[in-house]
Amino acid sequence: MPGILREIAHVRTGDKGDISQIAVFALNDADYHRLLAAVTPERVAAHLPGLLPRLIRRYELPALGAINLVLEGALQGGVTRSLSLDAHGKTLGAQLLDLPLLPE
Amino acid sequence: MTRSTLRIGAGAGFSGDRIEPALDLIEHGGLDYLAFECLAERTIGLAQAARAADPQAGFDPLLETRMRRALPLAAPRGVRIVTNMGAANTLGAARKVTEIARELGLPGYRTAAVTGDDVLDLVLAGDYPLIDRPGTSRDLGDAIVSANAYLGAQGIVMALGQGADTVITGRVCDPALFLGPLAHELGWSFDDHAMMGQGTVIGHLLECAGQVCGGYFADPGVKDVPDLARLGFPYADVGRDGVAVLGKLAGSGGRIDTATVKEQLLYEILDPAAYLQADVSADFRHVRIEQAGQDRVRVSGGMGARAPDKLKVSIAYHDGYAGEGQISYAGPGATARGRLAIEIIRERLRIIGARVEELRCDLIGVDAVDRRGHGGDPAEVRVRIAARTPCAQSATMIGAEVEALYTNGPMGGGGVTRSVRKVLAVASTLIARDLIQPRVHLEIA
Repeated sequence: MPGILREIAHVRTGDKGDISQIAVFALNDADYHRLLAAVTPERVAAHLPGLLPRLIRRYELPALGAINLVLEGALQGGVTRSLSLDAHGKTLGAQLLDLPLLPE
Repeated sequence: MTRSTLRIGAGAGFSGDRIEPALDLIEHGGLDYLAFECLAERTIGLAQAARAADPQAGFDPLLETRMRRALPLAAPRGVRIVTNMGAANTLGAARKVTEIARELGLPGYRTAAVTGDDVLDLVLAGDYPLIDRPGTSRDLGDAIVSANAYLGAQGIVMALGQGADTVITGRVCDPALFLGPLAHELGWSFDDHAMMGQGTVIGHLLECAGQVCGGYFADPGVKDVPDLARLGFPYADVGRDGVAVLGKLAGSGGRIDTATVKEQLLYEILDPAAYLQADVSADFRHVRIEQAGQDRVRVSGGMGARAPDKLKVSIAYHDGYAGEGQISYAGPGATARGRLAIEIIRERLRIIGARVEELRCDLIGVDAVDRRGHGGDPAEVRVRIAARTPCAQSATMIGAEVEALYTNGPMGGGGVTRSVRKVLAVASTLIARDLIQPRVHLEIA
């Protein structure tokens, strides 16, 4: 069984205006390639169908064993205008943790 | 004369942050400097509104409390304080600190205000394209409340050069609160982009205070954080070469290790190759994070390139009202009754002609923050109706209709709450940096 992202990664979510930012880190450096394979913009968009960002950018940071996801237009106008209960989108990274991993 | 190392601590990561860890750091941390970061993006707009109502107000509401408790500990130890608690009234804040210093019997205490970030007149006189939404500043018209540019560290360096014991700023880039003391004490040139980049890394790691010590990190059983109730705040020992070692007080709660530091490094940055600041375009791609002992992490390798020619400016403006109402349902069928309640409210708002620009209906516990679309059938569910409206009257109708569900809605609703608030939105633009100059005003107790 390939398992879920939570088994190999930890996350932190932040926001800038209408942009949600989710950093995903390998718990062990040896799993970084599995992270790269599993956390693609396409798979993230499919996993969070209610999110509907305009654009997802992925920055790879091998020296940190990390990926930085930048999801533009994901926050319904951002913290000052959004009517969302979680206007900052702080819960989004945690919702990514049950993303299925790919078979090795 | 510059020194070889500097110890700088973080005293707050947001306006409402806890004060106890900051006081512990001053008392037991052997600090040279402590920086309080207290100014979120929209806070300055709220502060500007407070100042409009009372010309003496407009600085951070906790400034007085923080300084009354921090100064008696910091002054005798020679710990200098840097903070953006000036918000919309930096001069007023400096005068308040000076008044407190006098009351505390600290004659000669020097407090500097760094101004120049308020560019409201410039924005009102011009027409600037907005960077995060269509249109220009002129489209916002009379709704504009404030406009503040993100200054860099230079004003802070000027103030420290004039011997300030405390430096109060309004809007500056958050890492600049730390970069300023580092540049001043370690003799870093603003033309040295690599050092500005590394200084920005250090400032960025410290600016959220508790977060790098394990705040916002714990996930029980997966990522445990010891003694989170007594979470400490971080400090950094920084050498002239920019290499920093992060630490926290022995006996304080939390943890500092490569995992907590990595999470904070990328927190709220977009392109890691170009983290745009007033002083530098910082490059985080080659930062090295190494464990240097128990709760000690060495950080090096921050780089940078020339800063952008324009500074970011936040414009706060009035954007109507938001009305909200909530009600809970429980037991079998709770979700279905919640959905029925939402249908009723949608229709009633149309019947009474509420002027609703945007309506949002959530079942908290089912679909309010979950973006995975899992749904669910919980034992209880809370209905939340929120709307943005152009007038207060329509905003009031939202909560009123939710409350009316008590006798006009589905079975078994309880616990109604309702609220109305003015919406203060923020838009951003860019203004040429040569139009914006920091100035220093010194007050002496």
